[in-house]
Amino acid sequence: MLSIMVAPRPLHDRALDNLRFIRQTMERAGSFTAVPGWGQVAVGATALAAAFLAAHQRTPELWLATWLGEAIVALAIGGSTMVRKAYAVNDPILSGPGRRFGLSFLPPMVVGGLLTVVLYRAGLVHALPGTWLLLYGTGFVTGGAFSVRIVPVMGICFMLVGSVALFGPAAWGDWLMAAGFGGLHIVFGMIIAWRYGG
Amino acid sequence: MAKQGAARKSEAVEHGLKGERGGSRAAELDRLIHERVRLGIVSALAVNDSLSFNQLKALLKTSDGNLSVHARRLEEAQYITCAKSFEGRMPKTEYRLTAAGRRALERYLDHMEALIRATRQG
Repeated sequence: MLSIMVAPRPLHDRALDNLRFIRQTMERAGSFTAVPGWGQVAVGATALAAAFLAAHQRTPELWLATWLGEAIVALAIGGSTMVRKAYAVNDPILSGPGRRFGLSFLPPMVVGGLLTVVLYRAGLVHALPGTWLLLYGTGFVTGGAFSVRIVPVMGICFMLVGSVALFGPAAWGDWLMAAGFGGLHIVFGMIIAWRYGG
Repeated sequence: MAKQGAARKSEAVEHGLKGERGGSRAAELDRLIHERVRLGIVSALAVNDSLSFNQLKALLKTSDGNLSVHARRLEEAQYITCAKSFEGRMPKTEYRLTAAGRRALERYLDHMEALIRATRQG
């Protein structure tokens, strides 16, 4: 009797709300990401500092050393926070989503390392920001194929910034590195942390 | 009037669906899955081969006690299975959806869609 007196709207809304809840739960559960959101925010912050330092270096060698130092710091932060996130959900890092992500993410990073040597030797240091951003983005697009949708979207954003860096003026290099490795990491890291469990 | 008619229609659909599935047994199954945490557990397991207790806890943002109570109810209804093991020294509880659990979720989805259709047609 009570349900007859209630307008159809609430019942309809409740059904819609339940369907929405199921869909959202499936979406999040189907691709529980091993990518650590807060770790990315921290990497973004160190990248902003590195971009500031790199922009003030007088030689290409010092500029390169600054960014290589940042890469080591970022690797340490990213690696440790990924292990921590996996441990928090009892997700073995060497199997499951973490492994699938790692196997797809690593090849572009190795290529990036090799190209860094080649481009430096060829005196094309100005091409490094674009190359790094593009390959880093590629890693997230390929690794993100097994993860939540936001991960490949972040990869595409890195690739777009990388494309601009590759074809834009060399003077934009540090700004685009700051926007990519700093800005994109912080923005997407916060979204991942907020929506996908840290 | 039209709204009241639609309300009656959707209520009829709600009861009709329960009736189709066999009276009180079907109604009990509906209530079992209708609860949010249990609905979350079943939905999450529907898209994963298995999920650990901690994964479900993080995913559904719920407490240990709450999750274990609701998981046990689903286990009792044979909607999910639970396997306990050790990973090193750490105990690990792994949940899987059974065929009965998957069918129950499908029926629940049909039920919700029928309710929406009924109100739209009304």
